[in-house]
Amino acid sequence: MRKLALSLATATAMVCLAAPAVLAACGEKGGTLVSWLGQTPRHLNPAVQSGVVTGAPGAQLFATPLRYTDGWEAEPYLAQSVTTSDDGLSVTIKIRDNANFHDGKPVTSEDVKFSVDTIKANHPFKAMFAPVEAVETPDSKTAVLKLSQPHPALMLAMSSQLMAIIPKHVYGDGQDVKAHPQNSENVVGSGPFKLVEFKRDQHVILERNDDYFGEAPCLDRIVMRIIKDQSAASIGLENGEIHMAPFMNTVRNIKRLEKAEGVNVTADGYAAIGALDWLAFNTKKGPLADKRVRQAIAHAVDKNFIMKAIMLGLASEAKGPIHPGSPLAAEGLPGYDLDLEKAAALLDEAGYPLKDGKRMELSINFGWPSIKPQAEYVKAALKKVGIDVSVKASPDFPTWAKTVSNHDFDMTMDTVFNWGDPVIGVHRTYDSSNIKKGVIWSNTQQYENARVDELMEMAGKETDPEKRKALYEEFQQIVADELPVYWLNTLPYHTAYSDKVGNPVKGIWASSSPMDRVYLKK
Amino acid sequence: MTVLLSIANRFAYAVLLLVAVLVLNFTMMHLAPGDIADTIAQASGGADAEVMAQIRRDYGLDQPFLVQLLSYIAKVATFDLGYSFFYNQPVTDLIFEKVPATLLLVITAQLLALAVGVLLGVYSARHPRGIASYIVTFLALFGYAAPVFWTGILLLIAFSLKIQLFPVAGMMDASLIDAGFFAQALSVAHHMVLPVVTLASIFLALYSRLCRASMLEVLGSDYVRTAKAKGLGEREVVYKHALKNALSPVVTLAGLQFSAVVSGAVLVEAVFSWPGLGTLALQSIIARDTPTILGILFFSAFVVIFGNLLTDMVLRMMDPRLRGKA
Repeated sequence: MRKLALSLATATAMVCLAAPAVLAACGEKGGTLVSWLGQTPRHLNPAVQSGVVTGAPGAQLFATPLRYTDGWEAEPYLAQSVTTSDDGLSVTIKIRDNANFHDGKPVTSEDVKFSVDTIKANHPFKAMFAPVEAVETPDSKTAVLKLSQPHPALMLAMSSQLMAIIPKHVYGDGQDVKAHPQNSENVVGSGPFKLVEFKRDQHVILERNDDYFGEAPCLDRIVMRIIKDQSAASIGLENGEIHMAPFMNTVRNIKRLEKAEGVNVTADGYAAIGALDWLAFNTKKGPLADKRVRQAIAHAVDKNFIMKAIMLGLASEAKGPIHPGSPLAAEGLPGYDLDLEKAAALLDEAGYPLKDGKRMELSINFGWPSIKPQAEYVKAALKKVGIDVSVKASPDFPTWAKTVSNHDFDMTMDTVFNWGDPVIGVHRTYDSSNIKKGVIWSNTQQYENARVDELMEMAGKETDPEKRKALYEEFQQIVADELPVYWLNTLPYHTAYSDKVGNPVKGIWASSSPMDRVYLKK
Repeated sequence: MTVLLSIANRFAYAVLLLVAVLVLNFTMMHLAPGDIADTIAQASGGADAEVMAQIRRDYGLDQPFLVQLLSYIAKVATFDLGYSFFYNQPVTDLIFEKVPATLLLVITAQLLALAVGVLLGVYSARHPRGIASYIVTFLALFGYAAPVFWTGILLLIAFSLKIQLFPVAGMMDASLIDAGFFAQALSVAHHMVLPVVTLASIFLALYSRLCRASMLEVLGSDYVRTAKAKGLGEREVVYKHALKNALSPVVTLAGLQFSAVVSGAVLVEAVFSWPGLGTLALQSIIARDTPTILGILFFSAFVVIFGNLLTDMVLRMMDPRLRGKA
């Protein structure tokens, strides 16, 4: 059996994380923090349920091998160390000796193996662990992930809510893990907080785990109140009933909270989630199959207007497929400044001259109300270059998803998340092998470019960070030129928190990271 | 005997109606674009094709429509409403978990609206041209016309933010989960005030207007004049003789409002995050959680149909003229 070779840490392809994490101090101890969830989670087990509403309680209940700093640096968390071999084909996770589950049983390498197998079989993001062929358990604290190819995305996939280590002795009892009763009650993880009560549509109550392997959490309790109406939640922040509200995205409410006394708002913490609003094109349909038409549309849409008038200055510009907060986001991507003459010229060139004040008719779909202003703005903006746009509103998400995933659209507004590494959340939109009818957030634009496919494949297994960044740079240059989608802005996600809150959740995963350092001032 | 027969008759209709409701709802849900696999993908921020196919297999959505329909009806016939796709819980459990919260809200609001509505109605019928009467009418109509979510948010801003009297959302202070019954009940009452007032504001207009009209008609009738001529006091005439008769249409209307157990409360529950049936219904429609929606619709149909049957019987007791009729 191969031994952990920490001395190899100098090798280029080798990543070893063993430095103890430097955590922020608790300003004060104790107290109950009231935070906010905008939806009811299906259940609380992130190994088999993705999404940020399961992520918030999930990241408190379940620890992951790694956690990330504000600056995208991985730190050991449940793992004492994570070591990648020279060839990048095996990743060794050493579990902390003192790590126990909430029921007192130790966290072992068997649990890591069970968790990886469970996530691989059930998690909606297949790309996270696709190259993992086997998990070996040489001893009770050491798990070795055997990969078919190097897989740098694994580092981010080992953090936040993406790789919850779940106990085999609880969730491996033969029941279907997706429908396991202990996903909602008597949840057993190894995270800083334990479950007290989960009441659907009401709250999730967590309390400090006194047997936690790391530094003791600052708070006694966290009450996550489930309030679907963001206006009501904002009033709760203003009157002091709610201390912290991550993932707020209604700009009017955020604006009001910005001015409210005793309440702060921050946009920090959402870089890894990486939510982008974009205008997607059906690249196989009608005039939109022509790159020049898509570029003309980009020149006719004024992003400044969107950011100032619609997003009220609360969102940043998205210039490419990777969230601007990510270290992999390319700089110097071609911008499409508002230029109606250029747009007109491009349309003429593509063979759509102005006839009776009109060049073509297109439609734009949208599937949820918060994105309606952008859709209507696009209609107004394209009118100026002779494109008549009809806005098609879907009554709800599934209706929209059915239409778009069956490629029955011209243009649509969309919001898609990066989910940390591009392999997890970016490739799916541009990969020609991911053109899959009926699957929403696949490559519904039906964009095909062999070089782009190749670049993504190479970047997916490139372990040298510089080379990897260069591959993604070229990828971003190409798609930013060909525009299968036109990226508009980052989602205006903000965390609002009261003056009483110390160390509000930030990092790169916002509330889907452990809240062990969050404290309450008396 | 005829009474019993007519009840049995109506009962048979009720069962048939329920079956029709089932088939219709199932078909409509089937026609709605998108399914639970899409909404799970939505909640997850995306999902792989393989995972989505697996979800559809798990929930039998890959079966032909008729197979799905028949197996559903067979299940309901044994009073099994199935498992919620979204929550992985028996639908019956989910519904009965939520019903008490909704009943508490709706019944309290109905009683409040009924009491205040009747009082206002009687008052404005006795002084039909007074200023106060116009004010009452205006307020009642305003409450009826204003969208309930708007009224709700307005009340929240006024009484949760500006004057911090009531909590913004929920049913109980979460810190009281280990507290005694009395403390919890008090907290529920405190949380109830704004949603109840909001919901009552819709019904108030209905009841006060109807009661006013009905009272005006009754007050002009012969027997009231007779009662007055006999020298009975004003109060006695109004409340003992006139009101009793004027209430009949009001009770009918109140009975019809049984359907509000679901419909009327949806928006109010949404604004105040009241954990009731309306919240569940909204959530399951958005999530395409077919078994839960069908379960709720079945339950509501049940409540409405049998609620009407009950109203009918109450009316028969109140009004002897109806007793002989089928």
